[in-house]
Amino acid sequence: MSLRIVVTVKYVPDATGDRHFADDLTVDRDDVDGLLSELDEYAVEQALQIAEEADDAEVTVLTVGPEDAKDALRKALSMGADKAIHVEDDDLHGTDAIGTSLVLAKAVEKAGYDLVISGMASTDGVMGVVPALLAERLGVPQVTLLSEVSVEDGTVKGRRDGDAASEQLEASLPAVVSVTDQSGEARYPSFKGIMAAKKKPVESWDLSDLDLDAEEVGLEGAYTVVDAADERPARTAGTIVKDEGEGGKQLAEFLAGQKFI
Amino acid sequence: MAEVLVYVDHVDGAVRKPTLELLTLARRIGEPVAVALGNGAADTAATLAEHGAVKVLTHDAAEYADYLVVPKVDALQAAYGAVSPAAVLVPSSAEGKEIAARLALRIGSGIITDAVDLEAGDEGPVATQSVFAASYSTKSRVSKGTPVITVKPNSAAVEAAPAAGAVEALSVTFSEKATGTKVTGRTPRESTGRPELTEAAIVVSGGRGVNGAENFAIIEALADSLGAAVGASRAAVDAGWYPHTNQVGQTGKSVSPQLYIASGISGAIQHRAGMQTSKTIVAVNKDAEAPIFELVDYGVVGDLFDVVPQLTEEIKARKG
Ligand SMILES: Cc1cc2nc3c(=O)[nH]c(=O)nc-3n(C[C@H](O)[C@H](O)[C@H](O)COP(=O)(O)OP(=O)(O)OC[C@H]3O[C@@H](n4cnc5c(N)ncnc54)[C@H](O)[C@@H]3O)c2cc1C
Ligand SMILES: Nc1ncnc2c1ncn2[C@@H]1O[C@H](COP(=O)(O)O)[C@@H](O)[C@H]1O
Repeated sequence: MSLRIVVTVKYVPDATGDRHFADDLTVDRDDVDGLLSELDEYAVEQALQIAEEADDAEVTVLTVGPEDAKDALRKALSMGADKAIHVEDDDLHGTDAIGTSLVLAKAVEKAGYDLVISGMASTDGVMGVVPALLAERLGVPQVTLLSEVSVEDGTVKGRRDGDAASEQLEASLPAVVSVTDQSGEARYPSFKGIMAAKKKPVESWDLSDLDLDAEEVGLEGAYTVVDAADERPARTAGTIVKDEGEGGKQLAEFLAGQKFI
Repeated sequence: MAEVLVYVDHVDGAVRKPTLELLTLARRIGEPVAVALGNGAADTAATLAEHGAVKVLTHDAAEYADYLVVPKVDALQAAYGAVSPAAVLVPSSAEGKEIAARLALRIGSGIITDAVDLEAGDEGPVATQSVFAASYSTKSRVSKGTPVITVKPNSAAVEAAPAAGAVEALSVTFSEKATGTKVTGRTPRESTGRPELTEAAIVVSGGRGVNGAENFAIIEALADSLGAAVGASRAAVDAGWYPHTNQVGQTGKSVSPQLYIASGISGAIQHRAGMQTSKTIVAVNKDAEAPIFELVDYGVVGDLFDVVPQLTEEIKARKG
């Protein structure tokens, strides 16, 4: 029996570019360069490794996002995923984490899955809650924030490095997994991979395909409201000195003046 | 006055500082009712009472240690049912966020994560968040259900505010899903004797410029002279010079200390994301063009191998 892996990937504004808010206080996704969230590359990588270990496996990448989010899917396909699903609908604009998890859950169920793999957090929202929400909605075990993961005989095992301890976790499939950036470098797409990706199937689903109503998602369906978003005032320029042999002492003088010593 | 549920982060009964900060914030909205789970839960009561908890709901069961996240969600939901609070506050740890999110979903509420401040508002609590690597500050609210909000460490001062702190046993029935993810092994982190990174008043960090695991002794010596926690950039962690638990930044810890000292760190956006809200920022870097200097209150352009040991000696001398 084939192991069906669905990887959830997000298309995000480039963190090294200028990120801002649109007039309706949602993240501006139109006027900025976007890309596959780097933290989701780790999820694609682990999915591919698990698939390579399994006798028979299929890796589907799934994104919920605007038209341009296809770029994120292409990148994942060129890394080696088999097929892609793009959930796209104008009514999705402004969907929050609760809503995103609803759409993802419906899509994952429609696609069919044994294992869902997510990134540890999206690089724009950085909430790190969608995988837990997805597990709650699907009613399957949550095996999240793994820095090491393996699947064998219908069981997923992994290591979660927490604040107080490092834990070994285990759950039966189906399950939702998320992996951290400690799980292993993500591969670069090869030229062959990039060419092959062009021929791989990308399905497009809208809300009606998922039996969802517009009111359940988008800004209207959101459970949270942003009332204000203000650019943080630039930090006032500090004092910069060149070390001419006394730099450490000068710094100590500054710290003493600020009462840190 | 409305009650506010506060989820307690503790280690065998020792309450961690971010929970005490939560009590300060909870008192702005209503009367804090604390929920403490697992081994030592009842031992948290005295400290929680000193900081404003009117009630402490406790429950212990093997499930909390043996299975991931869900048993705690079940218990928090039971507390929610018992109290009908005006809001639920949870410390913003990785686990705290997962617990909060699943609770929010179950009770039909919205969730806000990583608040750095919280005030009472006409339409419920207003959370301040710091987004896009701290280049924006937002104000948001939960608009449906009972607000569930996770709050970052160092977002408020710990204040003494003696209250009754009456201990009550919470009655919890675990859901069918509670035992889905088994914890088959646990290796506690070894204590370094230094303050916890996210809670520390001063953080001293080293990056690629430190150039080797053994050289981190220079960073540690400076940290110890100031009673500080030690942080590291991802470059230093990836090189294997310092443990990942000490990484500061987007995929490491987010810190907001009174003083942050960066040595041999360039100040990439992902590093800034984890330290930009520090009150005072200081850097030592031999490249005058390093972006970290855009953030600093005081910067020294120089070789960290000269500047840092001299600074440590000077601090020791001044402290006598
Ligand atoms: C998805 C993603 C997540 C990331 N998450 C994080 C994160 O959580 N935390 C993080 O830190 N990074 C993170 N990064 C990596 C980040 O982009 C940078 O690569 C990293 O922060 C660089 O670390 P650094 O400043 O130590 O090294 P470099 O950028 O190499 O800088 C080293 C600095 O040391 C200086 N230097 C060298 N020798 C000396 C000396 N003798 N004396 C004084 N100065 C010296 C140099 O001038 C230079 O400025 C992430 C990247 C991605 C893509
Ligand atoms: N719009 C989306 N489409 C697909 N996957 C998503 C989306 N949003 C979040 N995810 C997944 O959930 C993870 C955590 O996201 P977050 O909770 O938003 O930080 C990401 O790394 C993705 O794997």
